[in-house]
Amino acid sequence: MTHPSSGEALAKSSSGGIGWLLEQRVLLSIAVLALLPWLLPSQALAVNVLIYGVVVMGYNLLFGYTGLLSFGQAAFFGAGAYFTGIAIGRFGVPWFAAVPIAVLLSTCLAAAIGLVSTRTRGIYFSMVTLALAQLVYYVALQAASFTGGENGLRGFTVDRISLFGLQVNFLDPVNKYYVLMAFAALAMWFQSRILNSPFGAVIEAIRENEQRARACGYDVERSKLIVFMLSGAISSLGGCMLALHLSIVPLDILHYQTSGMIVMMVLLGGARSFFGPFVGAASFLILEDVISLWTPHWQIFVGAIFVLFVLFLPKGIWGTPLDMLGIGKARP
Amino acid sequence: MSGELLRAEGIGKRFGGFVALEGITVSFAAGQLTSIIGPNGAGKSTFFNILSGALTPTSGKLHFRGRELNGLPQHRFVHQGISRSYQITNIFPDLSVHENVRVAAQALTVSYDIWRNRARLAELHARADAALEAVGLLSKRNELAKFLSHGQQRALEIAIALVSEPELLLLDEPTAGMGPEETKDMVALLERLADRRTVLLVEHKMKMVLGLSKRVVVLHHGRLLADGAPDEIRSNPEVRRVYLGQSEGYG
Repeated sequence: MTHPSSGEALAKSSSGGIGWLLEQRVLLSIAVLALLPWLLPSQALAVNVLIYGVVVMGYNLLFGYTGLLSFGQAAFFGAGAYFTGIAIGRFGVPWFAAVPIAVLLSTCLAAAIGLVSTRTRGIYFSMVTLALAQLVYYVALQAASFTGGENGLRGFTVDRISLFGLQVNFLDPVNKYYVLMAFAALAMWFQSRILNSPFGAVIEAIRENEQRARACGYDVERSKLIVFMLSGAISSLGGCMLALHLSIVPLDILHYQTSGMIVMMVLLGGARSFFGPFVGAASFLILEDVISLWTPHWQIFVGAIFVLFVLFLPKGIWGTPLDMLGIGKARP
Repeated sequence: MSGELLRAEGIGKRFGGFVALEGITVSFAAGQLTSIIGPNGAGKSTFFNILSGALTPTSGKLHFRGRELNGLPQHRFVHQGISRSYQITNIFPDLSVHENVRVAAQALTVSYDIWRNRARLAELHARADAALEAVGLLSKRNELAKFLSHGQQRALEIAIALVSEPELLLLDEPTAGMGPEETKDMVALLERLADRRTVLLVEHKMKMVLGLSKRVVVLHHGRLLADGAPDEIRSNPEVRRVYLGQSEGYG
Protein backbone atom coordinates (compact mmCIF):
# COMPACT_ATOMS: atom_id res chain seq x y z
CA MET A 1 0.00 0.00 0.00
CA THR A 2 1.41 3.37 -0.87
CA HIS A 3 0.59 6.62 0.70
CA PRO A 4 2.62 9.80 0.77
CA SER A 5 5.16 9.76 3.56
CA SER A 6 4.36 12.21 6.24
CA GLY A 7 7.10 14.62 5.18
CA GLU A 8 5.72 14.85 1.68
CA ALA A 9 2.19 15.19 2.90
CA LEU A 10 3.28 18.01 5.15
CA ALA A 11 5.08 19.77 2.36
CA LYS A 12 2.05 19.37 0.15
CA SER A 13 -0.44 20.70 2.63
CA SER A 14 1.68 23.71 3.49
CA SER A 15 2.79 24.48 -0.05
CA GLY A 16 1.34 27.38 -1.96
CA GLY A 17 0.97 30.95 -0.82
CA ILE A 18 -0.92 30.46 2.39
CA GLY A 19 1.42 27.91 3.90
CA TRP A 20 4.42 30.00 3.05
CA LEU A 21 2.82 33.12 4.50
CA LEU A 22 1.98 31.27 7.70
CA GLU A 23 5.60 30.32 8.12
CA GLN A 24 6.62 33.93 7.73
CA ARG A 25 4.09 35.27 10.20
CA VAL A 26 6.73 36.78 12.49
CA LEU A 27 8.49 38.65 9.68
CA LEU A 28 5.20 39.83 8.19
CA SER A 29 3.99 41.05 11.56
CA ILE A 30 7.24 42.93 12.13
CA ALA A 31 6.92 44.51 8.69
CA VAL A 32 3.42 45.77 9.47
CA LEU A 33 4.52 47.10 12.85
CA ALA A 34 7.46 48.87 11.22
CA LEU A 35 5.02 50.81 9.03
CA LEU A 36 2.59 51.51 11.86
CA PRO A 37 3.78 55.04 12.80
CA TRP A 38 2.94 56.13 9.25
CA LEU A 39 -0.36 54.27 9.07
CA LEU A 40 -1.84 55.62 12.30
CA PRO A 41 -2.79 59.26 12.99
CA SER A 42 -0.18 59.74 15.69
CA GLN A 43 3.15 58.38 16.91
CA ALA A 44 1.81 58.13 20.45
CA LEU A 45 -0.98 55.87 19.27
CA ALA A 46 1.48 53.68 17.41
CA VAL A 47 3.63 53.21 20.52
CA ASN A 48 0.55 52.29 22.54
CA VAL A 49 -0.53 49.75 19.93
CA LEU A 50 2.91 48.20 20.15
CA ILE A 51 2.85 47.99 23.94
CA TYR A 52 -0.71 46.76 24.33
CA GLY A 53 -0.22 44.45 21.37
CA VAL A 54 2.56 42.63 23.22
CA VAL A 55 0.52 42.48 26.45
CA VAL A 56 -2.52 41.12 24.63
CA MET A 57 -0.39 38.68 22.62
CA GLY A 58 0.87 37.18 25.89
CA TYR A 59 -2.69 36.97 27.11
CA ASN A 60 -3.77 35.29 23.88
CA LEU A 61 -1.47 32.37 24.73
CA LEU A 62 -3.52 31.80 27.87
CA PHE A 63 -7.00 32.70 26.66
CA GLY A 64 -6.98 32.04 22.92
CA TYR A 65 -4.74 29.02 22.69
CA THR A 66 -5.27 27.31 26.06
CA GLY A 67 -8.84 28.47 26.67
CA LEU A 68 -8.21 29.87 30.16
CA LEU A 69 -10.20 33.06 30.76
CA SER A 70 -8.13 35.05 33.23
CA PHE A 71 -9.29 38.40 34.59
CA GLY A 72 -5.93 39.16 36.13
CA GLN A 73 -3.48 39.72 33.31
CA ALA A 74 -2.97 43.35 34.41
CA ALA A 75 -0.93 41.99 37.33
CA PHE A 76 1.87 40.92 34.97
CA PHE A 77 1.61 43.97 32.73
CA GLY A 78 1.91 46.14 35.85
CA ALA A 79 4.59 43.98 37.44
CA GLY A 80 6.79 44.31 34.35
CA ALA A 81 6.39 48.09 34.42
CA TYR A 82 6.92 48.48 38.17
CA PHE A 83 9.91 46.15 38.35
CA THR A 84 11.55 47.96 35.42
CA GLY A 85 10.96 51.36 36.99
CA ILE A 86 12.12 50.31 40.45
CA ALA A 87 15.23 48.59 39.08
CA ILE A 88 16.23 51.69 37.12
CA GLY A 89 15.09 54.40 39.52
CA ARG A 90 15.96 52.92 42.88
CA PHE A 91 18.78 50.54 42.16
CA GLY A 92 20.41 52.30 39.23
CA VAL A 93 20.30 49.20 37.05
CA PRO A 94 20.94 50.02 33.38
CA TRP A 95 17.81 49.70 31.21
CA PHE A 96 19.04 46.69 29.23
CA ALA A 97 19.50 44.73 32.45
CA ALA A 98 16.34 46.09 34.08
CA VAL A 99 14.10 44.58 31.39
CA PRO A 100 15.19 40.94 31.74
CA ILE A 101 15.22 41.28 35.54
CA ALA A 102 11.68 42.66 35.46
CA VAL A 103 10.48 39.87 33.16
CA LEU A 104 12.07 37.26 35.40
CA LEU A 105 10.50 38.67 38.57
CA SER A 106 7.12 38.98 36.85
CA THR A 107 7.37 35.35 35.73
CA CYS A 108 7.94 34.38 39.38
CA LEU A 109 4.80 36.33 40.28
CA ALA A 110 2.97 34.46 37.51
CA ALA A 111 4.24 31.18 38.97
CA ALA A 112 2.83 32.10 42.38
CA ILE A 113 -0.55 33.23 41.03
CA GLY A 114 -0.62 30.32 38.59
CA LEU A 115 0.04 27.74 41.31
CA VAL A 116 -3.11 28.83 43.10
CA SER A 117 -5.37 29.67 40.16
CA THR A 118 -4.68 26.78 37.76
CA ARG A 119 -6.03 24.35 40.34
CA THR A 120 -9.47 25.78 39.71
CA ARG A 121 -11.59 25.67 36.59
CA GLY A 122 -14.05 27.77 34.64
CA ILE A 123 -15.55 30.73 36.43
CA TYR A 124 -13.56 29.91 39.57
CA PHE A 125 -10.32 30.30 37.65
CA SER A 126 -11.48 33.70 36.37
CA MET A 127 -12.47 34.84 39.86
CA VAL A 128 -9.27 33.63 41.53
CA THR A 129 -7.10 35.42 38.96
CA LEU A 130 -9.18 38.57 39.41
CA ALA A 131 -8.84 38.44 43.18
CA LEU A 132 -5.11 37.76 43.18
CA ALA A 133 -4.48 40.52 40.62
CA GLN A 134 -6.42 42.94 42.83
CA LEU A 135 -4.21 41.81 45.69
CA VAL A 136 -1.20 42.86 43.63
CA TYR A 137 -2.93 46.21 42.99
CA TYR A 138 -3.41 46.85 46.71
CA VAL A 139 0.14 45.81 47.52
CA ALA A 140 1.37 48.39 45.00
CA LEU A 141 -1.00 50.96 46.51
CA GLN A 142 0.17 50.32 50.07
CA ALA A 143 3.89 49.92 49.45
CA ALA A 144 4.10 53.60 48.55
CA SER A 145 7.74 53.97 49.54
CA PHE A 146 8.64 51.53 46.76
CA THR A 147 5.92 52.13 44.23
CA GLY A 148 4.83 55.72 44.77
CA GLY A 149 1.36 54.54 45.82
CA GLU A 150 -1.52 56.40 44.22
CA ASN A 151 0.75 58.83 42.44
CA GLY A 152 2.36 56.08 40.47
CA LEU A 153 6.04 55.39 40.14
CA ARG A 154 8.17 58.33 39.11
CA GLY A 155 11.77 59.36 39.19
CA PHE A 156 13.31 57.21 36.52
CA THR A 157 13.93 58.40 33.01
CA VAL A 158 15.59 56.69 30.13
CA ASP A 159 16.64 59.47 27.77
CA ARG A 160 19.68 58.10 26.03
CA ILE A 161 20.28 54.54 25.02
CA SER A 162 23.62 53.27 23.91
CA LEU A 163 23.45 50.44 21.46
CA PHE A 164 26.78 48.85 20.66
CA GLY A 165 28.56 52.16 21.19
CA LEU A 166 25.93 54.04 19.24
CA GLN A 167 24.13 56.74 21.22
CA VAL A 168 20.41 56.84 20.51
CA ASN A 169 18.28 59.75 21.67
CA PHE A 170 15.39 57.90 23.31
CA LEU A 171 13.31 61.06 23.63
CA ASP A 172 12.89 61.16 19.87
CA PRO A 173 9.55 59.41 19.23
CA VAL A 174 10.69 57.62 16.08
CA ASN A 175 13.82 56.24 17.74
CA LYS A 176 11.75 55.23 20.73
CA TYR A 177 9.26 53.44 18.54
CA TYR A 178 11.86 51.34 16.80
CA VAL A 179 13.73 50.45 19.98
CA LEU A 180 10.44 49.30 21.54
CA MET A 181 9.58 47.50 18.31
CA ALA A 182 12.69 45.38 18.78
CA PHE A 183 11.19 44.16 22.06
CA ALA A 184 7.89 43.45 20.34
CA ALA A 185 9.72 41.52 17.63
CA LEU A 186 11.49 39.45 20.26
CA ALA A 187 8.16 38.70 21.95
CA MET A 188 6.58 37.70 18.63
CA TRP A 189 9.45 35.41 17.77
CA PHE A 190 9.20 33.74 21.18
CA GLN A 191 5.43 33.37 20.97
CA SER A 192 5.67 31.91 17.48
CA ARG A 193 8.20 29.34 18.68
CA ILE A 194 5.94 28.33 21.54
CA LEU A 195 2.96 27.96 19.21
CA ASN A 196 4.98 25.85 16.76
CA SER A 197 6.48 23.67 19.48
CA PRO A 198 5.18 20.36 20.83
CA PHE A 199 4.04 22.26 23.93
CA GLY A 200 1.99 24.53 21.68
CA ALA A 201 0.10 21.41 20.61
CA VAL A 202 -0.43 20.39 24.23
CA ILE A 203 -2.14 23.64 25.20
CA GLU A 204 -4.43 23.43 22.17
CA ALA A 205 -5.31 19.86 23.10
CA ILE A 206 -6.13 21.02 26.64
CA ARG A 207 -8.36 23.76 25.24
CA GLU A 208 -10.14 21.31 22.96
CA ASN A 209 -10.69 18.54 25.49
CA GLU A 210 -9.06 18.58 28.88
CA GLN A 211 -10.24 15.11 29.86
CA ARG A 212 -8.91 13.54 26.70
CA ALA A 213 -5.61 15.40 27.00
CA ARG A 214 -5.20 13.88 30.44
CA ALA A 215 -6.12 10.42 29.16
CA CYS A 216 -3.50 10.87 26.41
CA GLY A 217 -0.86 11.17 29.11
CA TYR A 218 -0.54 14.91 29.68
CA ASP A 219 -0.18 16.42 33.11
CA VAL A 220 -2.87 19.04 32.56
CA GLU A 221 -2.25 21.02 35.77
CA ARG A 222 1.47 21.29 35.13
CA SER A 223 0.90 22.35 31.51
CA LYS A 224 -1.54 25.05 32.62
CA LEU A 225 0.98 26.37 35.12
CA ILE A 226 3.71 26.51 32.46
CA VAL A 227 1.50 28.35 29.99
CA PHE A 228 0.36 30.72 32.72
CA MET A 229 3.99 31.62 33.39
CA LEU A 230 4.88 32.00 29.70
CA SER A 231 1.83 34.20 29.19
CA GLY A 232 2.75 36.32 32.21
CA ALA A 233 6.33 36.66 30.98
CA ILE A 234 5.29 37.96 27.56
CA SER A 235 2.70 40.36 28.97
CA SER A 236 5.23 41.65 31.48
CA LEU A 237 7.55 42.56 28.63
CA GLY A 238 4.78 44.89 27.45
CA GLY A 239 4.91 46.44 30.93
CA CYS A 240 8.68 46.97 30.63
CA MET A 241 8.07 48.71 27.31
CA LEU A 242 5.45 50.95 28.92
CA ALA A 243 7.83 51.96 31.71
CA LEU A 244 10.59 52.83 29.24
CA HIS A 245 8.09 54.73 27.10
CA LEU A 246 6.34 56.81 29.76
CA SER A 247 9.11 57.14 32.37
CA ILE A 248 6.32 56.83 34.91
CA VAL A 249 4.17 53.87 35.91
CA PRO A 250 0.57 54.84 36.66
CA LEU A 251 -1.05 52.72 39.40
CA ASP A 252 -4.07 52.26 37.13
CA ILE A 253 -2.35 49.71 34.95
CA LEU A 254 -2.63 47.18 37.78
CA HIS A 255 -6.36 47.78 38.14
CA TYR A 256 -8.88 45.17 37.04
CA GLN A 257 -10.16 47.59 34.41
CA THR A 258 -6.87 47.07 32.61
CA SER A 259 -7.42 43.29 32.77
CA GLY A 260 -10.87 43.83 31.32
CA MET A 261 -9.44 45.98 28.55
CA ILE A 262 -6.96 43.22 27.69
CA VAL A 263 -9.81 40.73 27.39
CA MET A 264 -11.74 43.13 25.14
CA MET A 265 -8.72 43.74 22.94
CA VAL A 266 -8.08 40.06 22.34
CA LEU A 267 -11.74 39.44 21.48
CA LEU A 268 -11.91 42.47 19.17
CA GLY A 269 -8.80 41.39 17.29
CA GLY A 270 -9.44 37.69 17.34
CA ALA A 271 -8.35 35.15 19.93
CA ARG A 272 -6.31 32.26 18.55
CA SER A 273 -4.76 34.32 15.79
CA PHE A 274 -1.15 35.37 15.81
CA PHE A 275 -1.49 39.00 14.73
CA GLY A 276 -5.02 39.48 16.09
CA PRO A 277 -3.83 40.97 19.40
CA PHE A 278 -2.16 43.88 17.61
CA VAL A 279 -5.27 44.45 15.48
CA GLY A 280 -7.39 44.32 18.62
CA ALA A 281 -5.17 46.74 20.52
CA ALA A 282 -5.14 49.14 17.56
CA SER A 283 -8.93 48.98 17.09
CA PHE A 284 -9.63 49.52 20.76
CA LEU A 285 -7.21 52.44 21.09
CA ILE A 286 -8.44 54.09 17.88
CA LEU A 287 -12.05 53.71 19.02
CA GLU A 288 -11.12 55.24 22.36
CA ASP A 289 -9.30 58.12 20.63
CA VAL A 290 -12.04 58.89 18.14
CA ILE A 291 -15.10 58.50 20.35
CA SER A 292 -13.60 60.33 23.34
CA LEU A 293 -13.19 63.37 21.06
CA TRP A 294 -16.93 63.99 21.08
CA THR A 295 -18.11 62.37 24.27
CA PRO A 296 -16.54 61.65 27.64
CA HIS A 297 -18.74 58.56 27.82
CA TRP A 298 -16.74 56.73 25.16
CA GLN A 299 -16.82 53.52 27.14
CA ILE A 300 -20.56 53.12 26.47
CA PHE A 301 -19.90 53.06 22.73
CA VAL A 302 -16.84 50.85 22.95
CA GLY A 303 -18.86 48.51 25.16
CA ALA A 304 -21.71 48.39 22.65
CA ILE A 305 -19.31 47.67 19.79
CA PHE A 306 -17.70 44.98 21.90
CA VAL A 307 -21.06 43.30 22.51
CA LEU A 308 -21.78 43.36 18.77
CA PHE A 309 -18.47 41.64 18.15
CA VAL A 310 -19.06 38.94 20.70
CA LEU A 311 -22.50 38.29 19.18
CA PHE A 312 -21.76 38.51 15.49
CA LEU A 313 -18.00 38.27 14.94
CA PRO A 314 -16.73 36.03 17.71
CA LYS A 315 -13.47 35.48 15.85
CA GLY A 316 -12.71 39.18 15.75
CA ILE A 317 -11.56 41.67 13.14
CA TRP A 318 -8.49 39.67 12.22
CA GLY A 319 -9.62 36.15 13.00
CA THR A 320 -12.81 36.30 10.89
CA PRO A 321 -11.20 36.93 7.48
CA LEU A 322 -8.48 34.38 8.31
CA ASP A 323 -11.18 31.89 9.06
CA MET A 324 -13.04 32.62 5.83
CA LEU A 325 -9.84 32.06 3.88
CA GLY A 326 -9.33 28.80 5.74
CA ILE A 327 -6.01 29.89 7.18
CA GLY A 328 -4.91 28.54 10.49
CA LYS A 329 -7.70 25.98 10.65
CA ALA A 330 -6.14 22.62 10.21
CA ARG A 331 -2.48 22.73 10.98
CA PRO A 332 -1.06 19.48 9.72
CA MET B 1 0.12 -17.60 35.54
CA SER B 2 2.67 -16.72 32.94
CA GLY B 3 2.01 -13.85 30.58
CA GLU B 4 -0.20 -12.11 33.11
CA LEU B 5 -0.47 -8.43 32.21
CA LEU B 6 -3.02 -6.94 34.56
CA ARG B 7 -4.30 -8.20 37.88
CA ALA B 8 -7.12 -6.62 39.87
CA GLU B 9 -7.34 -7.75 43.49
CA GLY B 10 -10.52 -7.16 45.42
CA ILE B 11 -11.30 -3.91 43.62
CA GLY B 12 -14.17 -2.00 45.19
CA LYS B 13 -15.62 1.44 44.56
CA ARG B 14 -18.20 3.35 46.56
CA PHE B 15 -19.81 6.65 45.69
CA GLY B 16 -21.07 7.79 49.07
CA GLY B 17 -23.44 5.07 50.18
CA PHE B 18 -23.72 3.50 46.74
CA VAL B 19 -21.56 0.47 46.10
CA ALA B 20 -20.62 0.50 42.42
CA LEU B 21 -18.10 -2.33 42.57
CA GLU B 22 -17.24 -4.84 45.22
CA GLY B 23 -14.51 -7.44 45.49
CA ILE B 24 -13.59 -7.72 41.82
CA THR B 25 -10.64 -10.07 41.53
CA VAL B 26 -9.67 -10.90 37.99
CA SER B 27 -6.52 -11.10 35.93
CA PHE B 28 -5.89 -10.64 32.24
CA ALA B 29 -3.26 -12.42 30.21
CA ALA B 30 -1.27 -10.71 27.49
CA GLY B 31 -2.32 -11.07 23.90
CA GLN B 32 -6.03 -11.79 23.89
CA LEU B 33 -9.33 -10.00 23.56
CA THR B 34 -11.48 -10.14 26.65
CA SER B 35 -14.95 -8.64 26.84
CA ILE B 36 -16.60 -7.26 29.91
CA ILE B 37 -20.36 -7.44 29.76
CA GLY B 38 -23.23 -6.84 32.09
CA PRO B 39 -26.60 -5.06 32.19
CA ASN B 40 -26.76 -1.29 32.56
CA GLY B 41 -25.47 -0.21 35.95
CA ALA B 42 -23.46 -3.40 36.44
CA GLY B 43 -20.29 -1.38 37.06
CA LYS B 44 -18.55 -1.90 33.71
CA SER B 45 -17.76 1.76 33.16
CA THR B 46 -16.66 2.24 36.75
CA PHE B 47 -14.33 -0.73 36.38
CA PHE B 48 -12.94 0.74 33.15
CA ASN B 49 -12.44 4.12 34.77
CA ILE B 50 -10.46 2.45 37.53
CA LEU B 51 -8.34 0.47 35.07
CA SER B 52 -7.51 3.67 33.17
CA GLY B 53 -6.84 5.75 36.27
CA ALA B 54 -9.77 8.14 35.95
CA LEU B 55 -11.16 6.85 39.24
CA THR B 56 -9.29 5.64 42.31
CA PRO B 57 -10.69 2.46 43.84
CA THR B 58 -11.87 2.69 47.44
CA SER B 59 -10.45 -0.74 48.11
CA GLY B 60 -8.27 -3.32 46.41
CA LYS B 61 -5.11 -3.23 44.37
CA LEU B 62 -4.24 -2.99 40.71
CA HIS B 63 -1.07 -4.59 39.35
CA PHE B 64 0.17 -4.01 35.81
CA ARG B 65 3.21 -5.96 34.65
CA GLY B 66 4.01 -6.62 38.30
CA ARG B 67 3.85 -2.95 39.24
CA GLU B 68 1.25 -1.57 41.59
CA LEU B 69 -0.77 1.21 39.99
CA ASN B 70 -2.63 2.48 43.05
CA GLY B 71 -2.01 6.14 43.71
CA LEU B 72 -0.67 6.85 40.25
CA PRO B 73 -2.26 9.97 38.67
CA GLN B 74 -4.38 9.31 35.59
CA HIS B 75 -2.00 10.87 33.09
CA ARG B 76 0.74 8.40 34.11
CA PHE B 77 -1.34 5.37 33.11
CA VAL B 78 -0.60 5.91 29.42
CA HIS B 79 3.07 6.07 30.24
CA GLN B 80 2.74 2.66 31.90
CA GLY B 81 1.18 1.24 28.74
CA ILE B 82 -2.57 1.43 29.36
CA SER B 83 -4.61 3.42 26.90
CA ARG B 84 -8.36 3.78 26.47
CA SER B 85 -11.16 4.94 24.24
CA TYR B 86 -14.42 6.40 25.47
CA GLN B 87 -18.05 5.36 25.22
CA ILE B 88 -19.10 8.91 24.35
CA THR B 89 -16.92 10.22 21.55
CA ASN B 90 -14.10 12.11 23.18
CA ILE B 91 -11.80 13.72 20.61
CA PHE B 92 -10.26 17.15 19.94
CA PRO B 93 -13.02 18.58 17.71
CA ASP B 94 -11.29 21.70 16.35
CA LEU B 95 -8.00 20.01 15.49
CA SER B 96 -7.31 18.15 12.27
CA VAL B 97 -7.72 14.38 12.28
CA HIS B 98 -3.97 14.00 11.91
CA GLU B 99 -3.24 16.42 14.75
CA ASN B 100 -5.68 14.57 17.02
CA VAL B 101 -3.53 11.49 16.75
CA ARG B 102 -0.17 13.24 16.53
CA VAL B 103 -0.72 15.13 19.77
CA ALA B 104 -1.54 11.84 21.48
CA ALA B 105 1.65 10.29 20.09
CA GLN B 106 3.78 13.13 21.38
CA ALA B 107 2.59 12.76 25.00
CA LEU B 108 5.10 10.02 25.65
CA THR B 109 8.12 11.94 24.38
CA VAL B 110 8.19 15.72 24.06
CA SER B 111 5.28 17.17 26.08
CA TYR B 112 6.99 20.21 27.55
CA ASP B 113 9.35 21.13 24.75
CA ILE B 114 8.66 24.79 23.90
CA TRP B 115 11.59 25.14 21.54
CA ARG B 116 11.58 22.64 18.69
CA ASN B 117 9.29 22.94 15.71
CA ARG B 118 6.73 20.17 15.95
CA ALA B 119 6.21 20.14 12.19
CA ARG B 120 9.76 18.79 11.90
CA LEU B 121 9.33 15.92 14.36
CA ALA B 122 8.83 13.53 11.45
CA GLU B 123 8.64 10.35 13.50
CA LEU B 124 5.52 11.55 15.32
CA HIS B 125 3.84 12.45 12.03
CA ALA B 126 4.67 9.04 10.63
CA ARG B 127 3.33 7.26 13.71
CA ALA B 128 0.13 9.30 13.58
CA ASP B 129 -0.36 8.43 9.93
CA ALA B 130 0.30 4.77 10.64
CA ALA B 131 -2.36 4.76 13.37
CA LEU B 132 -4.79 6.53 11.02
CA GLU B 133 -4.11 3.96 8.34
CA ALA B 134 -4.72 1.14 10.81
CA VAL B 135 -8.24 2.45 11.46
CA GLY B 136 -8.85 3.44 7.84
CA LEU B 137 -8.86 7.20 8.27
CA LEU B 138 -5.69 8.19 6.44
CA SER B 139 -7.62 9.80 3.59
CA LYS B 140 -9.32 12.14 6.08
CA ARG B 141 -6.13 13.26 7.80
CA ASN B 142 -6.40 16.96 6.97
CA GLU B 143 -10.07 17.41 7.86
CA LEU B 144 -11.20 18.86 11.15
CA ALA B 145 -12.22 16.07 13.51
CA LYS B 146 -15.61 17.63 14.18
CA PHE B 147 -16.59 17.19 10.51
CA LEU B 148 -16.14 13.40 10.53
CA SER B 149 -19.15 11.11 10.60
CA HIS B 150 -20.03 9.41 13.86
CA GLY B 151 -18.48 6.12 12.80
CA GLN B 152 -15.31 7.85 11.67
CA GLN B 153 -15.08 9.70 14.97
CA ARG B 154 -15.36 6.36 16.77
CA ALA B 155 -12.48 5.07 14.65
CA LEU B 156 -10.47 8.24 15.38
CA GLU B 157 -11.14 7.63 19.05
CA ILE B 158 -9.43 4.25 18.68
CA ALA B 159 -6.54 5.71 16.66
CA ILE B 160 -5.87 8.19 19.48
CA ALA B 161 -5.74 5.33 21.98
CA LEU B 162 -3.71 3.13 19.64
CA VAL B 163 -0.94 5.54 18.73
CA SER B 164 0.73 5.31 22.13
CA GLU B 165 1.41 1.63 21.29
CA PRO B 166 -0.29 0.50 24.51
CA GLU B 167 0.29 -2.97 25.91
CA LEU B 168 -3.28 -2.91 27.13
CA LEU B 169 -5.99 -1.27 25.08
CA LEU B 170 -9.29 -0.51 26.83
CA LEU B 171 -12.21 0.05 24.46
CA ASP B 172 -15.46 1.33 25.94
CA GLU B 173 -18.33 0.42 23.61
CA PRO B 174 -16.60 1.23 20.35
CA THR B 175 -19.79 0.57 18.37
CA ALA B 176 -22.04 2.78 20.53
CA GLY B 177 -24.57 4.58 18.37
CA MET B 178 -23.40 2.93 15.13
CA GLY B 179 -25.55 1.61 12.35
CA PRO B 180 -25.10 -1.94 10.98
CA GLU B 181 -22.67 -0.94 8.20
CA GLU B 182 -20.42 1.04 10.52
CA THR B 183 -20.59 -1.72 13.11
CA LYS B 184 -19.38 -4.23 10.53
CA ASP B 185 -16.35 -2.04 9.78
CA MET B 186 -15.64 -1.65 13.47
CA VAL B 187 -15.83 -5.39 14.10
CA ALA B 188 -13.32 -5.95 11.30
CA LEU B 189 -11.06 -3.36 12.89
CA LEU B 190 -11.39 -5.01 16.31
CA GLU B 191 -10.53 -8.39 14.81
CA ARG B 192 -7.35 -6.94 13.33
CA LEU B 193 -6.45 -5.31 16.65
CA ALA B 194 -7.11 -8.48 18.63
CA ASP B 195 -4.53 -10.33 16.54
CA ARG B 196 -1.69 -8.25 17.86
CA ARG B 197 -2.74 -6.66 21.12
CA THR B 198 -4.22 -7.22 24.51
CA VAL B 199 -7.68 -5.68 24.34
CA LEU B 200 -10.36 -5.27 26.95
CA LEU B 201 -13.73 -4.51 25.46
CA VAL B 202 -16.93 -3.29 27.04
CA GLU B 203 -19.86 -3.98 24.73
CA HIS B 204 -23.60 -4.38 24.66
CA LYS B 205 -24.01 -6.15 21.34
CA MET B 206 -24.03 -9.75 22.48
CA LYS B 207 -23.52 -11.67 19.23
CA MET B 208 -20.60 -9.43 18.43
CA VAL B 209 -19.00 -9.96 21.84
CA LEU B 210 -19.41 -13.73 21.77
CA GLY B 211 -17.98 -13.89 18.27
CA LEU B 212 -14.97 -11.68 18.94
CA SER B 213 -13.79 -12.61 22.40
CA LYS B 214 -11.56 -15.39 23.67
CA ARG B 215 -12.92 -14.79 27.12
CA VAL B 216 -15.92 -13.01 28.61
CA VAL B 217 -16.22 -11.51 32.09
CA VAL B 218 -19.75 -10.79 33.33
CA LEU B 219 -20.47 -8.14 35.94
CA HIS B 220 -23.79 -7.79 37.71
CA HIS B 221 -24.65 -5.29 40.45
CA GLY B 222 -20.99 -4.48 40.93
CA ARG B 223 -19.91 -8.10 41.42
CA LEU B 224 -18.23 -10.65 39.25
CA LEU B 225 -20.95 -13.01 38.07
CA ALA B 226 -19.15 -15.24 35.60
CA ASP B 227 -15.84 -15.55 33.81
CA GLY B 228 -15.04 -17.92 31.00
CA ALA B 229 -14.94 -18.74 27.29
CA PRO B 230 -17.87 -17.44 25.18
CA ASP B 231 -19.45 -20.90 25.01
CA GLU B 232 -19.42 -21.30 28.78
CA ILE B 233 -20.92 -17.87 29.20
CA ARG B 234 -23.60 -18.60 26.67
CA SER B 235 -24.71 -21.68 28.55
CA ASN B 236 -24.31 -20.27 32.06
CA PRO B 237 -27.83 -20.21 33.57
CA GLU B 238 -27.07 -17.25 35.87
CA VAL B 239 -25.86 -15.16 32.94
CA ARG B 240 -28.84 -16.15 30.83
CA ARG B 241 -31.14 -15.07 33.60
CA VAL B 242 -29.70 -11.61 34.21
CA TYR B 243 -28.48 -10.66 30.81
CA LEU B 244 -28.72 -12.75 27.72
CA GLY B 245 -32.43 -13.39 27.87
CA GLN B 246 -33.27 -9.77 27.64
CA SER B 247 -30.95 -8.91 24.77
CA GLU B 248 -31.31 -11.83 22.41
CA GLY B 249 -32.70 -9.51 19.80
CA TYR B 250 -29.56 -7.39 19.76
CA GLY B 251 -26.56 -7.47 17.51
